[in-house]
Amino acid sequence: MEITLIPKQRMILVRATGEIDHHSSEAIRRLTEKEIRRSGAVNVAFDFGRVSFMDSSGIGMLLGRYKTVKALGGSIIVYDVSQQVKRLIEMSGLMELIIVSDTLQKGINEMNRTKGVRI
Amino acid sequence: MKNTMLLKIPSKSENERFARTVCAAFLLEVDPTIEEMSEIKTAVSEAVTNAIIHGYNSGEGEVVITGELSDRTVTYTIKDSGCGIPDIEKAREPLYTGKPETERSGMGFSIMEAFMDELVVESEPGKGTTITMIKRLSENAE
Repeated sequence: MEITLIPKQRMILVRATGEIDHHSSEAIRRLTEKEIRRSGAVNVAFDFGRVSFMDSSGIGMLLGRYKTVKALGGSIIVYDVSQQVKRLIEMSGLMELIIVSDTLQKGINEMNRTKGVRI
Repeated sequence: MKNTMLLKIPSKSENERFARTVCAAFLLEVDPTIEEMSEIKTAVSEAVTNAIIHGYNSGEGEVVITGELSDRTVTYTIKDSGCGIPDIEKAREPLYTGKPETERSGMGFSIMEAFMDELVVESEPGKGTTITMIKRLSENAE
Protein backbone atom coordinates (compact mmCIF):
# COMPACT_ATOMS: atom_id res chain seq x y z
CA MET A 1 0.00 0.00 0.00
CA GLU A 2 1.20 3.46 -0.92
CA ILE A 3 -0.21 6.94 -0.25
CA THR A 4 0.65 9.99 -2.33
CA LEU A 5 -0.61 13.56 -2.21
CA ILE A 6 -2.25 15.44 -5.10
CA PRO A 7 -2.18 19.00 -3.66
CA LYS A 8 -4.04 20.62 -6.55
CA GLN A 9 -7.11 18.48 -5.84
CA ARG A 10 -6.62 18.58 -2.04
CA MET A 11 -6.55 14.82 -2.41
CA ILE A 12 -4.65 11.84 -1.14
CA LEU A 13 -4.26 8.86 -3.47
CA VAL A 14 -4.27 5.45 -1.78
CA ARG A 15 -2.93 2.59 -3.88
CA ALA A 16 -4.24 -0.57 -2.21
CA THR A 17 -2.85 -3.98 -3.14
CA GLY A 18 -3.85 -7.60 -2.65
CA GLU A 19 -6.91 -8.70 -0.70
CA ILE A 20 -9.02 -6.29 1.35
CA ASP A 21 -10.68 -8.07 4.28
CA HIS A 22 -11.20 -7.53 8.02
CA HIS A 23 -7.49 -8.09 8.62
CA SER A 24 -6.07 -5.75 5.97
CA SER A 25 -8.77 -3.04 5.99
CA GLU A 26 -7.71 -1.97 9.48
CA ALA A 27 -4.29 -0.84 8.21
CA ILE A 28 -5.85 1.02 5.29
CA ARG A 29 -8.24 2.77 7.69
CA ARG A 30 -5.48 3.78 10.09
CA LEU A 31 -3.00 5.03 7.48
CA THR A 32 -5.62 6.85 5.42
CA GLU A 33 -7.06 8.67 8.45
CA LYS A 34 -3.57 9.63 9.59
CA GLU A 35 -2.69 11.02 6.16
CA ILE A 36 -5.95 12.99 5.87
CA ARG A 37 -5.17 14.69 9.20
CA ARG A 38 -1.50 15.25 8.41
CA SER A 39 -1.95 16.62 4.89
CA GLY A 40 -5.15 18.61 5.27
CA ALA A 41 -6.59 16.82 2.22
CA VAL A 42 -10.38 16.58 1.99
CA ASN A 43 -10.69 14.13 -0.92
CA VAL A 44 -9.51 10.52 -1.05
CA ALA A 45 -8.99 8.47 -4.22
CA PHE A 46 -8.49 4.71 -3.96
CA ASP A 47 -6.65 2.95 -6.79
CA PHE A 48 -8.04 -0.61 -6.73
CA GLY A 49 -6.17 -1.75 -9.85
CA ARG A 50 -4.09 -4.19 -7.82
CA VAL A 51 -6.87 -5.34 -5.47
CA SER A 52 -7.66 -8.98 -6.24
CA PHE A 53 -10.38 -9.56 -3.63
CA MET A 54 -12.62 -7.61 -1.29
CA ASP A 55 -15.34 -8.60 1.18
CA SER A 56 -17.79 -6.56 3.27
CA SER A 57 -14.97 -5.35 5.52
CA GLY A 58 -13.78 -3.29 2.55
CA ILE A 59 -17.28 -1.84 2.17
CA GLY A 60 -17.22 -0.87 5.86
CA MET A 61 -13.79 0.71 5.40
CA LEU A 62 -14.95 2.77 2.37
CA LEU A 63 -18.11 3.85 4.20
CA GLY A 64 -15.99 4.94 7.16
CA ARG A 65 -13.73 7.07 4.91
CA TYR A 66 -16.84 8.51 3.22
CA LYS A 67 -18.05 9.70 6.63
CA THR A 68 -14.67 11.30 7.34
CA VAL A 69 -14.43 13.25 4.07
CA LYS A 70 -18.12 14.15 4.03
CA ALA A 71 -17.57 16.02 7.31
CA LEU A 72 -14.73 17.91 5.56
CA GLY A 73 -16.81 18.65 2.47
CA GLY A 74 -14.79 16.21 0.34
CA SER A 75 -15.40 13.17 -1.87
CA ILE A 76 -14.29 9.56 -2.24
CA ILE A 77 -13.21 8.19 -5.61
CA VAL A 78 -12.60 4.49 -6.20
CA TYR A 79 -11.19 3.61 -9.61
CA ASP A 80 -10.02 0.64 -11.69
CA VAL A 81 -12.13 -1.89 -9.77
CA SER A 82 -12.59 -5.56 -10.68
CA GLN A 83 -16.00 -7.06 -11.46
CA GLN A 84 -16.02 -8.81 -8.06
CA VAL A 85 -15.39 -5.56 -6.17
CA LYS A 86 -17.86 -3.62 -8.33
CA ARG A 87 -20.61 -6.14 -7.60
CA LEU A 88 -20.12 -5.70 -3.83
CA ILE A 89 -20.07 -1.90 -4.09
CA GLU A 90 -23.34 -2.04 -6.07
CA MET A 91 -24.95 -4.41 -3.56
CA SER A 92 -24.01 -2.14 -0.67
CA GLY A 93 -25.60 1.02 -2.05
CA LEU A 94 -22.23 2.82 -1.82
CA MET A 95 -22.63 3.85 -5.48
CA GLU A 96 -24.93 6.62 -4.26
CA LEU A 97 -22.27 8.03 -1.95
CA ILE A 98 -18.94 7.65 -3.70
CA ILE A 99 -17.57 8.09 -7.23
CA VAL A 100 -16.65 4.83 -8.98
CA SER A 101 -14.73 5.37 -12.21
CA ASP A 102 -12.44 3.66 -14.72
CA THR A 103 -9.53 6.05 -14.24
CA LEU A 104 -8.40 8.65 -11.71
CA GLN A 105 -8.85 11.47 -14.23
CA LYS A 106 -12.45 10.47 -14.96
CA GLY A 107 -13.13 10.32 -11.23
CA ILE A 108 -11.62 13.78 -10.68
CA ASN A 109 -13.64 15.17 -13.61
CA GLU A 110 -16.84 13.81 -12.12
CA MET A 111 -15.94 15.15 -8.69
CA ASN A 112 -15.28 18.63 -10.04
CA ARG A 113 -18.39 18.54 -12.22
CA THR A 114 -20.55 17.97 -9.18
CA LYS A 115 -18.76 20.48 -6.97
CA GLY A 116 -17.22 23.16 -9.15
CA VAL A 117 -13.47 23.26 -9.76
CA ARG A 118 -11.25 23.97 -6.79
CA ILE A 119 -8.13 26.04 -7.36
CA MET B 1 -16.86 -36.71 -7.59
CA LYS B 2 -16.99 -36.95 -3.78
CA ASN B 3 -14.57 -35.31 -1.43
CA THR B 4 -14.36 -33.86 2.06
CA MET B 5 -12.16 -31.34 3.89
CA LEU B 6 -11.63 -30.31 7.50
CA LEU B 7 -9.79 -27.20 8.60
CA LYS B 8 -9.28 -26.06 12.18
CA ILE B 9 -7.76 -22.63 12.76
CA PRO B 10 -7.26 -20.24 15.69
CA SER B 11 -9.55 -17.20 15.50
CA LYS B 12 -6.94 -14.79 14.17
CA SER B 13 -7.77 -12.27 11.47
CA GLU B 14 -4.62 -13.36 9.58
CA ASN B 15 -6.38 -16.70 9.01
CA GLU B 16 -9.34 -15.23 7.11
CA ARG B 17 -7.44 -15.18 3.85
CA PHE B 18 -6.04 -18.67 4.42
CA ALA B 19 -9.51 -20.10 5.16
CA ARG B 20 -11.28 -18.62 2.11
CA THR B 21 -8.40 -19.58 -0.19
CA VAL B 22 -8.48 -23.21 1.03
CA CYS B 23 -12.27 -23.41 0.66
CA ALA B 24 -12.07 -22.13 -2.92
CA ALA B 25 -9.13 -24.40 -3.78
CA PHE B 26 -11.15 -27.40 -2.51
CA LEU B 27 -13.21 -27.08 -5.73
CA LEU B 28 -10.37 -26.93 -8.24
CA GLU B 29 -10.80 -30.55 -9.26
CA VAL B 30 -14.39 -29.94 -10.47
CA ASP B 31 -13.40 -26.87 -12.44
CA PRO B 32 -15.75 -24.15 -11.17
CA THR B 33 -16.12 -20.84 -13.02
CA ILE B 34 -14.08 -17.85 -11.89
CA GLU B 35 -17.32 -16.22 -10.73
CA GLU B 36 -18.29 -19.25 -8.62
CA MET B 37 -14.81 -19.29 -7.06
CA SER B 38 -15.05 -15.62 -6.20
CA GLU B 39 -18.57 -15.98 -4.75
CA ILE B 40 -17.42 -18.85 -2.55
CA LYS B 41 -14.33 -16.97 -1.41
CA THR B 42 -16.46 -13.97 -0.47
CA ALA B 43 -19.16 -15.97 1.35
CA VAL B 44 -16.59 -18.02 3.32
CA SER B 45 -14.70 -14.84 4.18
CA GLU B 46 -17.89 -13.32 5.63
CA ALA B 47 -18.66 -16.42 7.72
CA VAL B 48 -15.11 -16.79 9.07
CA THR B 49 -14.91 -13.06 9.84
CA ASN B 50 -18.22 -13.32 11.72
CA ALA B 51 -16.86 -16.17 13.82
CA ILE B 52 -13.73 -14.20 14.71
CA ILE B 53 -15.30 -10.78 15.34
CA HIS B 54 -18.70 -11.73 16.76
CA GLY B 55 -18.33 -15.34 17.93
CA TYR B 56 -15.09 -14.76 19.80
CA ASN B 57 -15.28 -10.95 20.05
CA SER B 58 -11.80 -10.85 18.45
CA GLY B 59 -10.44 -12.99 21.32
CA GLU B 60 -9.03 -16.49 21.39
CA GLY B 61 -10.94 -19.45 20.06
CA GLU B 62 -11.08 -22.04 17.37
CA VAL B 63 -12.92 -21.95 14.05
CA VAL B 64 -13.69 -25.31 12.45
CA ILE B 65 -14.46 -25.39 8.74
CA THR B 66 -15.67 -28.41 6.82
CA GLY B 67 -16.31 -28.89 3.14
CA GLU B 68 -18.19 -31.65 1.41
CA LEU B 69 -18.39 -32.09 -2.31
CA SER B 70 -20.91 -34.39 -3.89
CA ASP B 71 -21.09 -34.28 -7.67
CA ARG B 72 -21.38 -30.54 -8.29
CA THR B 73 -22.93 -29.56 -4.97
CA VAL B 74 -20.64 -28.18 -2.31
CA THR B 75 -21.53 -27.72 1.35
CA TYR B 76 -19.39 -25.74 3.79
CA THR B 77 -19.88 -25.41 7.52
CA ILE B 78 -18.16 -22.73 9.57
CA LYS B 79 -18.40 -23.40 13.28
CA ASP B 80 -17.29 -21.42 16.31
CA SER B 81 -17.76 -22.15 20.00
CA GLY B 82 -18.12 -18.50 20.92
CA CYS B 83 -20.87 -16.34 22.38
CA GLY B 84 -23.62 -17.25 19.91
CA ILE B 85 -26.20 -14.99 18.28
CA PRO B 86 -29.11 -13.99 20.56
CA ASP B 87 -31.47 -13.07 17.69
CA ILE B 88 -30.66 -14.76 14.37
CA GLU B 89 -33.55 -13.08 12.52
CA LYS B 90 -32.22 -9.66 13.47
CA ALA B 91 -28.62 -10.59 12.66
CA ARG B 92 -29.71 -11.63 9.16
CA GLU B 93 -31.43 -8.32 8.44
CA PRO B 94 -29.60 -6.35 5.72
CA LEU B 95 -27.24 -3.72 7.13
CA TYR B 96 -27.80 -4.81 10.74
CA THR B 97 -24.56 -4.94 12.68
CA GLY B 98 -24.02 -6.23 16.18
CA LYS B 99 -21.08 -3.86 16.46
CA PRO B 100 -22.30 -0.40 15.39
CA GLU B 101 -19.30 1.25 17.07
CA THR B 102 -16.98 -0.40 14.53
CA GLU B 103 -16.78 -0.12 10.75
CA ARG B 104 -18.80 -3.27 10.10
CA SER B 105 -21.11 -2.80 7.13
CA GLY B 106 -23.74 -5.31 8.27
CA MET B 107 -23.66 -6.99 4.88
CA GLY B 108 -22.21 -10.34 5.90
CA PHE B 109 -25.36 -12.49 5.89
CA SER B 110 -26.80 -10.70 2.84
CA ILE B 111 -23.64 -11.55 0.89
CA MET B 112 -23.72 -15.19 2.04
CA GLU B 113 -27.38 -15.43 0.96
CA ALA B 114 -26.76 -13.76 -2.40
CA PHE B 115 -23.65 -15.75 -3.31
CA MET B 116 -24.71 -19.22 -2.12
CA ASP B 117 -27.85 -21.26 -2.89
CA GLU B 118 -28.75 -22.15 0.68
CA LEU B 119 -27.79 -20.69 4.04
CA VAL B 120 -28.62 -22.12 7.46
CA VAL B 121 -27.62 -20.36 10.67
CA GLU B 122 -27.78 -22.30 13.91
CA SER B 123 -26.78 -20.61 17.12
CA GLU B 124 -27.12 -20.97 20.83
CA PRO B 125 -26.11 -18.15 23.19
CA GLY B 126 -23.03 -19.21 25.16
CA LYS B 127 -22.39 -22.26 22.99
CA GLY B 128 -21.55 -20.94 19.55
CA THR B 129 -22.70 -20.62 15.97
CA THR B 130 -22.65 -22.93 12.97
CA ILE B 131 -23.20 -21.56 9.49
CA THR B 132 -24.00 -24.05 6.74
CA MET B 133 -23.77 -22.89 3.14
CA ILE B 134 -24.62 -24.89 0.04
CA LYS B 135 -23.82 -24.03 -3.54
CA ARG B 136 -24.66 -25.96 -6.68
CA LEU B 137 -21.99 -25.41 -9.30
CA SER B 138 -22.92 -25.03 -12.94
CA GLU B 139 -22.36 -27.97 -15.25
CA ASN B 140 -19.08 -28.14 -17.07
CA ALA B 141 -19.18 -26.90 -20.62
CA GLU B 142 -17.06 -29.84 -21.78
